[in-house]
Amino acid sequence: MIHSLFVINHLGDIFLEKHWKSVISRSVCDYFFEAREKAVDPENVPPVLQTPHHYLISIYRGKLFFLSVIQTEVPPLFVIEFLHRVADTFQDYFGECSESVISDNVVIVYELLEEMLDNGFPLATESNVLKEMIRPPNILRSVVNTLTGGSNVGETLPQGQLSNIPWRRAGVKYTNNEAYFDVTEEIDAIVDKSGTTVSAEIQGVIEACVKLSGMPDLTMSFMNPRLLDDVSFHPCVRFRRWESERVLSFIPPDGNFTLMTYHISSQNLVAIPVYVKQSISFFEAGSCGRLDITIGPKQTMGKTVEDLKVTVHMPKAVLNANLTASQGNYTYDFTTKLLVWDIGKLNPQKLPNLRGSLSMQTGVPNPEENPSLNIDLKIQQLAISGLKVSRLDMYGEMYKPFKGVKYVTKAGKFQVRT
Amino acid sequence: MSASSAFNDEKSGSSSVGEPEYGHDPASGGIFSSDYKRHDDLKEMLDSNKDSLKLEAMKRIVAMIARGKNASDLFPAVVKNVACKNIEVKKLVYVYLVRYAEEQQDLALLSISTFQRGLKDPNQLIRASALRVLSSIRVTIIVPIMMLAIKEAASDMSPYVRKTAAHAIPKLYSLDPEQKDQLIEVIEKLLADKTTLVAGSVVMAFEEVCPERIDLIHKNYRKLCNLLIDVEEWGQVVIINMLTRYARTQFLNPNINESLLEEGGSGDKTFYGSDEDEDEDEEEKEKKAEAAAMAKRKPYVMDPDHRLLLRNTKPLLQSRNAAVVMAVAQLYFHLAPKAEVGVIAKALVRLLRSHSEVQYVVLQNVATMSIKRRGMFEPYLKSFYIRSTDPTQIKVLKLEVLTNLANETNISTILREFQTYIKSMDKDFVAATIQAIGRCATNISEVRDTCLNGLVQLLSNRDELVVAESVVVIKKLLQMQPEKHSDIIKHMAKLTDNIQVPMARASILWLIGEYCEHVPKIAPDVLRKMAKSFTNEEDIVKLQIINLAAKLYLTNSKQTKLLTQYVLNLAKYDQNYDIRDRARFIRQLIVPTEKSGALSKYAKKLFLALKPAPVLESPFKDRDHFQLGSLSHLLNAKAGGYQELPDWPEAAPDPSVRNVEVKESVPEWTKCSSREKRKEKKVEKPFYTDSEGESGPTESADSESDSASGLESSSGSEESGSGSESEESKEASESEEEEEEEEEEQKKKKKKDLKKPVQESESEQSSEEEERKHQRKSKPRKSESESESDEDEESESESSQSESEDSESEAEVKKKKKTAESKPPPKPLKKESKKEKKEMSLLDLDDFEPAPSPQVTPVNTFLSNSLVTDLEGLSLSDSVLSPATIAPSSALKSYELLHRITGEGLSVEYCFSRQPFSPDANMVAVQMQFTNSASSDTKNLHIEDVKLQSGMRVKEFPEIELLPAGETATAVMGIDFCDSTQAANFQLCTHTRKFFVSIQPPVGELMRPVFLTENEFKKEQGQLMGMNEITEKLTLDVKCRNEHAIVQRVTTAANLSRVPCGSDKECRFAGRTVTSGSLVLVTVATKEEGAAQLTVNCEKMVIGTMLVKDILQALTQ
Repeated sequence: MIHSLFVINHLGDIFLEKHWKSVISRSVCDYFFEAREKAVDPENVPPVLQTPHHYLISIYRGKLFFLSVIQTEVPPLFVIEFLHRVADTFQDYFGECSESVISDNVVIVYELLEEMLDNGFPLATESNVLKEMIRPPNILRSVVNTLTGGSNVGETLPQGQLSNIPWRRAGVKYTNNEAYFDVTEEIDAIVDKSGTTVSAEIQGVIEACVKLSGMPDLTMSFMNPRLLDDVSFHPCVRFRRWESERVLSFIPPDGNFTLMTYHISSQNLVAIPVYVKQSISFFEAGSCGRLDITIGPKQTMGKTVEDLKVTVHMPKAVLNANLTASQGNYTYDFTTKLLVWDIGKLNPQKLPNLRGSLSMQTGVPNPEENPSLNIDLKIQQLAISGLKVSRLDMYGEMYKPFKGVKYVTKAGKFQVRT
Repeated sequence: MSASSAFNDEKSGSSSVGEPEYGHDPASGGIFSSDYKRHDDLKEMLDSNKDSLKLEAMKRIVAMIARGKNASDLFPAVVKNVACKNIEVKKLVYVYLVRYAEEQQDLALLSISTFQRGLKDPNQLIRASALRVLSSIRVTIIVPIMMLAIKEAASDMSPYVRKTAAHAIPKLYSLDPEQKDQLIEVIEKLLADKTTLVAGSVVMAFEEVCPERIDLIHKNYRKLCNLLIDVEEWGQVVIINMLTRYARTQFLNPNINESLLEEGGSGDKTFYGSDEDEDEDEEEKEKKAEAAAMAKRKPYVMDPDHRLLLRNTKPLLQSRNAAVVMAVAQLYFHLAPKAEVGVIAKALVRLLRSHSEVQYVVLQNVATMSIKRRGMFEPYLKSFYIRSTDPTQIKVLKLEVLTNLANETNISTILREFQTYIKSMDKDFVAATIQAIGRCATNISEVRDTCLNGLVQLLSNRDELVVAESVVVIKKLLQMQPEKHSDIIKHMAKLTDNIQVPMARASILWLIGEYCEHVPKIAPDVLRKMAKSFTNEEDIVKLQIINLAAKLYLTNSKQTKLLTQYVLNLAKYDQNYDIRDRARFIRQLIVPTEKSGALSKYAKKLFLALKPAPVLESPFKDRDHFQLGSLSHLLNAKAGGYQELPDWPEAAPDPSVRNVEVKESVPEWTKCSSREKRKEKKVEKPFYTDSEGESGPTESADSESDSASGLESSSGSEESGSGSESEESKEASESEEEEEEEEEEQKKKKKKDLKKPVQESESEQSSEEEERKHQRKSKPRKSESESESDEDEESESESSQSESEDSESEAEVKKKKKTAESKPPPKPLKKESKKEKKEMSLLDLDDFEPAPSPQVTPVNTFLSNSLVTDLEGLSLSDSVLSPATIAPSSALKSYELLHRITGEGLSVEYCFSRQPFSPDANMVAVQMQFTNSASSDTKNLHIEDVKLQSGMRVKEFPEIELLPAGETATAVMGIDFCDSTQAANFQLCTHTRKFFVSIQPPVGELMRPVFLTENEFKKEQGQLMGMNEITEKLTLDVKCRNEHAIVQRVTTAANLSRVPCGSDKECRFAGRTVTSGSLVLVTVATKEEGAAQLTVNCEKMVIGTMLVKDILQALTQ
């Protein structure tokens, strides 16, 4: 299984290494650096590399490469999924997953890695179990620790690993018992030049923040569960109950977790909240181009579209943009060739428009394709698929919790071709 | 392992790389000025009394390790703190230790005792962590200690510790592969574990240590399937992958019939793309024909276990863990009937929203699947559309999938999509798109012209790469039907002026040369232009120019003779020798000279032969011979440790091997760790314990107790026997197994009032036995009241439990206690049924005919038995007289070899008759009893395909030609177990079926009794001291505190004979192992209050250890 782990920053420095079996020299990473050079873009580095003695499986997260060294056959997804889990755990512990944070907390990181794998096989990956063994750092505790010489290793031995529900620790107590659920849907769509939808899917996720005492047993039911035909659950959800009754029944982990994700595929009809009228053209003569983009509401279900943003990757030949926006601001970064138009709230009465000219590099043939537009948006209080939670019941505990459900629709990979 | 040498290299490499970096490390350099000082400082801190200082020092050291700096010289200072009270210091010391122990082996040994202490801690978590660290220290010297620790932990009460033990197995294996056999034993034991916590880890260990031992899985298969959903996610992946392999060896291909259907209709294309070449098709057809033939013979019915696996893995498609989803997907792809594979598509498409690395792997697998099962992904076509923001490697893979999915109906949509891709800024992607278009065009003839036109349009693209790629693809397409497209060739000829990409130029030249007859005017002109620029061309273009010249010379020598000469002359002086060679060769071939050989006649044939059109096929074709989702599949090359996915078997192996009931045949000691299991086992199978009770314990009880305390006590034990039996029958009646009750009734009747008929109906020998039994039985009956109630019987049986030695009958008693409350209701019922069945009893007698004593040597047995009877009243303690006879007459425990349900009416039991096996003295005699309870006769019972560990031998029993329905037969076979408790596996064949069975001997059956005098015994014992002596203290069971009970229990557990002894505090036994003849000496010394000490002396330590366990169990329970 996983033999060693190297964490590499964007400059190509190995700043952390951990070995679960015999030590493997860091020179094994040279093969990776070679591939990294060749790929130009960090995203294009093949996740799996073959070297004479080892296999290297890497992920790219937060400008860091997590590179694991494998010696024998193992499902690549197993390793990739685990590496992401490691990055998630760091995120969970330190709030972000970056070089500086990892270097600052190197001892905790090391202790975490020690617990997460045994001989290369995952041992404890549930964040609740880990937090019982190794407490996450916080300012108060670090002050206290320096004064009293206390430690951030749990004094009590973790029991979570031993129970049937490893995701929840025993003896949780809150004064305010509350359970909040965020239903977030992202629209992945491709809209072509003429405005027709090429493909559209919805990626939904229910994030939960549950702070309930004791061992609550929750049941969540939906108004229209038939929408959900492609789902994946947190291990706490009782699958058979879902199969038979279409309700989510679970003993929740403590704190934040992803209860379920669902996918509404392109076979279904997906509402597209905005339309885009655009024309981008480059002229052979005068080495310049024109750009004109207008955005208007389409199927918003009566809600307001907020945080609207258009991002365009311009062709290399575009030197600068001289545009005027009827609403919001635009920026053009001529090194990355990225045009960003931050619109904000969409006003149906006065449609936002961005127009102007683009100056081109002379002597270079005009780009023949037009750049595609990536749209970002947010609609509060709406799940675009129409999903609605009908009720949330709690069993097993006597108190009455506060409950809340919030809906948000966002644009995911929403792309308009031109 | 092969990699070990690599480790060593690297290890030395790392330290040499690590050291010089010290000075440059800004983090540490800021605090301490020099190496020496820093390390002194750390040592001082580690030596201090304050935990906080130690902690600070350890933190710095761990930070050094994390950065890859060498901290090995601190080892002595650190290892001292291994027993530190502070838990965080301790943890960090562990981290350090595991990292450097390999380099500092001697010093690491200092820490071992701490862990050994930890292994005995009452807290399970401490035990587990001690084992974890101990097993992570890669020091070869401690291998035996690790082995011991693992074995102990494997039977720990805490599942968490057992899980840790499972984790430790691969560690030890990689350290010392020699331990494999012992480790497999531990794995086997842990595989039987019923907790979800252990399942994943032990299967992992199984995969790393002994993936080839698929036979270990049989018994645990159903359990693993059922536990699967509750196992932690990482374990799920490993288990699913292993079960995929397992299923491929054990079940039949579920698609046999479908491939047959496909063959019938020519609708092949819907499933298999037309891109499959001819040979492949033919091969496939052949295969199908075979399969069809087979299918005709026997219609396919899915094994229920196969179905179980599919059913239990399906919910896991909903897992949040991509690896689990992928594992289930590959399982379905490899194992499910075609109609059901579709369910995985949705889940895989969902994964496409995940991280790009996940996408990358999933798309690779989808690409492979989509070739074989295109229909599955067609509905999700749009999910594979490409976004401009996708990384290039993802784009290319999506393109691959789209191309695989293209067919007549969706090609127009796909081509429209491709058109947008061609405009992309990502040129590598555009090139890949053009190739994809080419592939679509070759695969789908309807769109060939459209594609070609589109590609020709691309020829006017401004980007040279695009044009070049198009030329290459067009060239391939034109080869399919050149005559129609002379204008395209003309168009391309013009391009030579502009295109600079060598590959494209070469392609154009080749095209013109190949089809110069279609463009007779242009071709010479092109050659003229090329001749001009010859010297500046790339090599690959030059070669094609020569080629073109040669072809033109052959077809149109009038116009091009001079040009060709010129080109060849230029080539003659080229710098590249390939070109010079080629020129020389061609000149000889085409230019006729007086010396020119025979070949030049054929020049035209050589150059202008019709060339087959190239096949454009997916790079993912045929990748599915690798297990999907595996690293090997991704790399398309076998990775180290990859286990091949076996082909489906032609005929299904015996499914009954997975029947858990068969477990019964496994001797007690292998699973003595868990008591519940045994109880459960008993509950499962009242029938057999019952019949056993009839043949075994009653007899043994007879002889033993008779000799011990005369007739009175014997009657008691007899009663106890029947009492427990009747309890048994009650239990059975509760579970509605009437048959048993019948038998039970019959037995009783037989005992009470059907003496004569029984004798008549039975064979001579058994009737003799029966008679003895009844005679003795009738006596107590008379002395006691006739209306003896069941309660009486019960209480009696409890009091006389000490007599019923057999653990089996013990378990019965336990069970009886349990059912005591529920007793009253079934009682009257039973009595009724007793009356009802009185008449029938005669007819059904052969059903319960007691297992006859060995038939090979009937005279012997008979003699010995009657001897015992004759000797009634004599005290057994002077058993010097007939030590050997005790053994056979005491409880012959019989084991099940084949249950009548799995055996389809044929049931087989076996027992170790403890008789010398006459054909070969080194073999253990195994007596088998075959009962045919089916309605039809069974013929040709014999043994086949014996699978044995090396050194073991089997002497088969003579074939039983006919076993009529309802009849019973016995046979004796000999097995030389080589003094090991390895099972002998073989197939039991009838004229219609084969059953996989295995016989595993309890260690006590691997020996034969020998007669020793007290002095001899002491002398031999003196020579078997030290390592060969194992001593255990024990507390004797309450019912086993008198001497004769001990004797009986020991002789039941092992085939030993009593050695006379002066002291009444000691019982001694002696025997020799059957194969090697090593002495086995057993001493049980009793003390006050039931305390006792058991000593076993045996040259063979393994035998000794196991024997101690068995005897210990026999004496304490």
